[in-house]
Amino acid sequence: MTILLLADHDGHTLGDATARAVSAARDMGGAIHVLVAGENVGPIAQVAANVSGVDKVLVADDPALAHLLAEPVADLLVGLSADYVAVIAPATSIGKDILPRVAARRDVMQVSDITRVIAADTFERPVYAGNAIETVQSTDVLKVVTIRSSAFDAAPQGSVAAPVESVSLPARAWKARFVSEELTKSERPELTSAQIVVSGGRGLGSAQAFQTVLAPLAECWHAAIGASRAAVDASYAPNDLQVGQTGKIVAPELYVAIGISGAIQHLAGMKDSKVIVAINKDPDAPIFQVADFGLVGDLFTLVPELVRALG
Amino acid sequence: MKKILVPIKMVLDANVRPRVKADGSGVDLSGMKLSINPFCEIAIEEAVRLKEKGLAEEVVAISIGPAKAQDILRQAMAMGADRARLIETDRPIEPLTAAKLIRIVVEEENPDLVILGKQAVDDDCNQTGQMLAALLDWPQATFASAVAVDAGTLHVTREVDGGHQTLALPLPAVVTTDLRLNEPRHCSLPNIMKARKKVLDITPVANCGLDMAARLNVLGVKPPEPRKAGRRVANVSELVRDLRAAGVI
Ligand SMILES: Cc1cc2nc3c(=O)[nH]c(=O)nc-3n(C[C@H](O)[C@H](O)[C@H](O)COP(=O)(O)OP(=O)(O)OC[C@H]3O[C@@H](n4cnc5c(N)ncnc54)[C@H](O)[C@@H]3O)c2cc1C
Ligand SMILES: Nc1ncnc2c1ncn2[C@@H]1O[C@H](COP(=O)(O)O)[C@@H](O)[C@H]1O
Repeated sequence: MTILLLADHDGHTLGDATARAVSAARDMGGAIHVLVAGENVGPIAQVAANVSGVDKVLVADDPALAHLLAEPVADLLVGLSADYVAVIAPATSIGKDILPRVAARRDVMQVSDITRVIAADTFERPVYAGNAIETVQSTDVLKVVTIRSSAFDAAPQGSVAAPVESVSLPARAWKARFVSEELTKSERPELTSAQIVVSGGRGLGSAQAFQTVLAPLAECWHAAIGASRAAVDASYAPNDLQVGQTGKIVAPELYVAIGISGAIQHLAGMKDSKVIVAINKDPDAPIFQVADFGLVGDLFTLVPELVRALG
Repeated sequence: MKKILVPIKMVLDANVRPRVKADGSGVDLSGMKLSINPFCEIAIEEAVRLKEKGLAEEVVAISIGPAKAQDILRQAMAMGADRARLIETDRPIEPLTAAKLIRIVVEEENPDLVILGKQAVDDDCNQTGQMLAALLDWPQATFASAVAVDAGTLHVTREVDGGHQTLALPLPAVVTTDLRLNEPRHCSLPNIMKARKKVLDITPVANCGLDMAARLNVLGVKPPEPRKAGRRVANVSELVRDLRAAGVI
């Protein structure tokens, strides 16, 4: 009864999503092995070994795994999967890309984006952009599951390191080739693990307003910056900041929606936040229906005023 | 390339607020507006643009669903797809079964490229394209925000958690669309009329000879926990006071 968990990392650091997926794995029950695949990922494997609840870390170090492309990683997971009752991964862009490939190869249905474990084979997952919660039971021999990070707390660092073991990737000619990557660099905390998220929408009106109005508030609170789809589409903010059904799902202690109307697809990404604040000039904006504290007015006056009040 | 296949799904219209049925068996679709899944509309648009650029000869749309799904196939043809196929079934289809049915069609049609939506906004599964690629042993590029074809190689820019990534794929390949790949066109009346005359081939799912048994038992569907009602604050200082009292700042 052992679960294999694919670790999420960017080549340098272990994503916080992995420690959250460990919590979901603990809820499923059984031993937990974490697979760290990549190139020169020894240090990441050491970090994974220290996450409380992890029983063993498998490291697959191979240049072919450098960018965690779906074909080689799926091959690796399919090969290892015979020894496991479940193969799971955080529902990050990496996990979402790779795990269905593993499921199809093993002829099983994946359970996507779970928010709660009811039993080792039964899970809750949101459908219809979170407007309904489905309870599903998998009848397949192997469970393939992706985990919604915002629904689980990160497993803490443990006091003893789990053993680390090498596994090898059988060589094969994979077809897709990595060309390049443009990663957004930011001094801010990561959106999906930040305690406070300050998000801007179309109401901000420009990329400049993200810098001059939103950023100072985020600065005060050491908060992450998020955005609505409309703001991303208008190039006010980069795509990796999009919160919502098709962007990132966040559940911080405090979410501040500024100049965001509150379309269901946006709510899908933030309505499980502990406290929600909305600042919007339209008193009928749907965002106020989910906001704990609503402030009606012009964001260009209210946000600088808020920064001054905090300063 | 000769042919692009685009699987499209009919779903509850993205602008309609879904309501869970009182008996907890699912979301109420009766009498509701059903539309093409927004990501599938983007997939059709992309295929048609590749054809318009002279990079593809034929675009075939396919849907697995009830007779009513002919409507979205006609819409796809009004947008520029050359013909369409419906695999008709009244039962809900899991992504694994959808992928297997699409594979059967791929084997008949031999497309060079299959473009799917990254996710259907009803089940929010985000699986079918990846599963199809695995079943065919084809390369995949999911969550595409740009697609270019150059000497038989596909260059796809993908939206990933940290930003963007670009992959090169030999054909045949599977691509799934993200929202920013393109903005789908509106169908003109003449094109809607023309689409009525295009070929729409219907096959009952039983003819496919596939085991359709669901692998996931849906034990129940419930509405999300409602948030307790919030309130308006009069000004910034009241907001700061309340946030401090709530212990979040
Ligand atoms: C399949 C699909 C997936 C989607 N996925 C996502 C997703 O992941 N995330 C997402 O966010 N959206 C998503 N959307 C889009 C979503 O439906 C909305 O279009 C989008 O969220 C709107 O963004 P917005 O609230 O910034 O813009 P708008 O709806 O235009 O709202 C702008 C708000 O700003 C307010 N405002 C304007 N000026 C001021 C001012 N000076 N002071 C105060 N307030 C002001 C206005 O009153 C208004 O409420 C998706 C849509 C589809 C169809
Ligand atoms: N019944 C279906 N008919 C045609 N295409 C489908 C069907 N189900 C899923 N797809 C395709 O697979 C994509 C992803 O769906 P899903 O994996 O269910 O989120 C959709 O955007 C469609 O392109």
